[in-house]
Amino acid sequence: MLLNIEDLHATVEDKPVLKGIDLKIEPGQVHAIMGPNGSGKSTLSKVVAGHPSYEVTGGKVSFEINFKDTDLLELDPDERAREGIFLAFQYPVEVPGVTNLEFLMTSYNALAKHQGFPEMQEEAFLPFVKEKMKMVQMREEFLYRSVNGGFSGGEKKRNEILQMAVLNPRLAFLDETDSGLDIDALKIVAEGVNNLRSKDNGIVLVTHYQRLLDYIKPDFVHVLSDGKIIKSGGPELALKLESEGYDWIQ
Amino acid sequence: MPKSSELLSEQSEYKYGFYTDIESLNFGKGLNEDIIRKISLRKKEPEWLLEYRLKAFKHWLTLRPPEWADLDFVPIDFQEISYYSEPKPKDDSDKPQSLDDLDPELLKTFERLGIPLGEQKRISGVAVDVVFDSVSVGTTHTEELKKYGVIFCSISEAVHDYPDLVKKYLGSVVPYKDNFYAALNAAVFSDGSFVYVPKGVKCPIDLSTYFRINAMDTGQFERTLVIADEGSYVNYLEGCTAPQRDENQLHAAIVELVALDDAEIKYSTVQNWYTGDKEGRGGIYNFVTKRGLCKGKRSKISWTQVESGSAITWKYPSCVLQGDYSQGAFYSVALTHDFMQADTGTKMIHVGKNTKSTIISKGISSGQSKNNYRGLVKVMPKAEGARNYSQCDSMLVGDRCSANTYPYLEVKNKTAILEHEASTSRISEDQLFYLQSRGMSMEESISLLVNGFCKEVFKELPLEFAVEAVKLIEMKLENSVG
Repeated sequence: MLLNIEDLHATVEDKPVLKGIDLKIEPGQVHAIMGPNGSGKSTLSKVVAGHPSYEVTGGKVSFEINFKDTDLLELDPDERAREGIFLAFQYPVEVPGVTNLEFLMTSYNALAKHQGFPEMQEEAFLPFVKEKMKMVQMREEFLYRSVNGGFSGGEKKRNEILQMAVLNPRLAFLDETDSGLDIDALKIVAEGVNNLRSKDNGIVLVTHYQRLLDYIKPDFVHVLSDGKIIKSGGPELALKLESEGYDWIQ
Repeated sequence: MPKSSELLSEQSEYKYGFYTDIESLNFGKGLNEDIIRKISLRKKEPEWLLEYRLKAFKHWLTLRPPEWADLDFVPIDFQEISYYSEPKPKDDSDKPQSLDDLDPELLKTFERLGIPLGEQKRISGVAVDVVFDSVSVGTTHTEELKKYGVIFCSISEAVHDYPDLVKKYLGSVVPYKDNFYAALNAAVFSDGSFVYVPKGVKCPIDLSTYFRINAMDTGQFERTLVIADEGSYVNYLEGCTAPQRDENQLHAAIVELVALDDAEIKYSTVQNWYTGDKEGRGGIYNFVTKRGLCKGKRSKISWTQVESGSAITWKYPSCVLQGDYSQGAFYSVALTHDFMQADTGTKMIHVGKNTKSTIISKGISSGQSKNNYRGLVKVMPKAEGARNYSQCDSMLVGDRCSANTYPYLEVKNKTAILEHEASTSRISEDQLFYLQSRGMSMEESISLLVNGFCKEVFKELPLEFAVEAVKLIEMKLENSVG
């Protein structure tokens, strides 16, 4: 099992947000987590990535590292990333003065070094990253602009998927990557994600809308409400939510 | 990982905070004519210099400390400071003949500071003048430089050996009437460095001065004079440290640069005076007047500074662009943490025609510190075609510090073109988390953020200095965020 979350409780500023989450993810699976605003969807992805503002108050999160279940909560966010956990941010952060190229390369090399791959210098890295950029239809000039600096909402989201493509994570959480995207951008992002699907990695789509799931077919859909998963099912569950809303479950 | 509320900084262990136990010759506390005469006598100065000092002192008595800077501190009691302290010579003879003959304690001190002075261990490629409290204790590479006609020695030696040059230029860029601290320095300055690069000579190695304050209750009042004759070039570096103490200590220096026709002076500083502890106790009060005169046509002066130390920094390295087509530049990174206060910036005075100036200022504040940029761009009536570009960026770490930008403009010629850009950003927990979630450690993340922010300034520093500066800033910030 790639990820095993058991009875996870977490608070932010002493306010309980996650109130007993159970979730198991096997390699090759795509899970969608849906739910109304404030249900704890974003919190779940941030807790898995290790955001310092959230405090885990109970439960377990184990992640398979070198065929061994490892307590993820013991690791710092950067250690988790180096083990192959990736979070596509709902609101990607700007990093002034640091070019996207520098950022991607530093990040790639941090992971490569840890995972025992050869690190790349600019010469080798450029063709590698340009290839990945094609997939999300980003122009080369974005490499030389500062990270997310002056990017439109859609460009920021595509930049997240680009990072995912460069880092090739074993487990990716996409936190409302679809929100604020027009239909063309949504298709580009979805295609990017589909390209990155493999039998070895797991993907978790955190989303508010069924729309994204028209383009990325999940294996499982979970409904989160008030910090708990209240219903799980197949893709048909998402469709039902779309037509009937959340009220019928609660 | 820290919480926002824990972003308050913790002062790192200041590795230069040690004290050298060495016997010193000290004139005691207090400032009066007698002390000034004693300093002058001790240095066997000519009459004209003593008169200059006394005139400056009389003028100083009529002045009050400037209050316009955005700094908050208990007024300095100038009678509680000792104005002269030198390591006691072994006998009454003059300075040791060779650096190898220096008091071993002094050699050890500078070695610990990373400035080996012994003939065998010296850093090649950089000549160093080392100033310990009130005196220059030695200068390296002087003989080698002489072959090129470059004079590099302490200003006390220059007064004796090159009186004409000193007389001609001392106080010509920063007159003693310039300001309160300039008058004070002119009255009591004890040592500092002197540089003269002759016509057409590109100084073959970098020159540098290392300032060390050691004695208790003692101020350091050094004076540096750099003259680049026609068509010459010199790269000058400056570093400074002091022991860790609960009392504040005053450092009031003057630096004067003169560039004649087609000459270029690059002056870089990494200032790392003791900052005070995390409650704001102790630290150096750094009140410095630095000014360069682009006297000749097409001359160039650039100031690059990394201000990472001192409890209080009051410093505005400036350029007077007198020669036509002359150029001035100011590149600055100022870092404040804990209770530090910095009010720093520059003045660019355009006098000649087609003069050009560039200002790039980066302020980083953390803890409960205050970090201000204060700058003036002045275009005189006859300065046809003057151009200035200014960029002032501030970065805040945590939410209890402050940053302000005070850009002043005085333009008296319609042909001037001035551009100004400014920004304020914040290193936030989210930014750090973003970088960490991409696999970068806390150190790598901070380093990337700071490097990105300061890139335009660091690239102006000589390579080894830049590496040093990056490390220094990273170390101080790491302690601020983690």
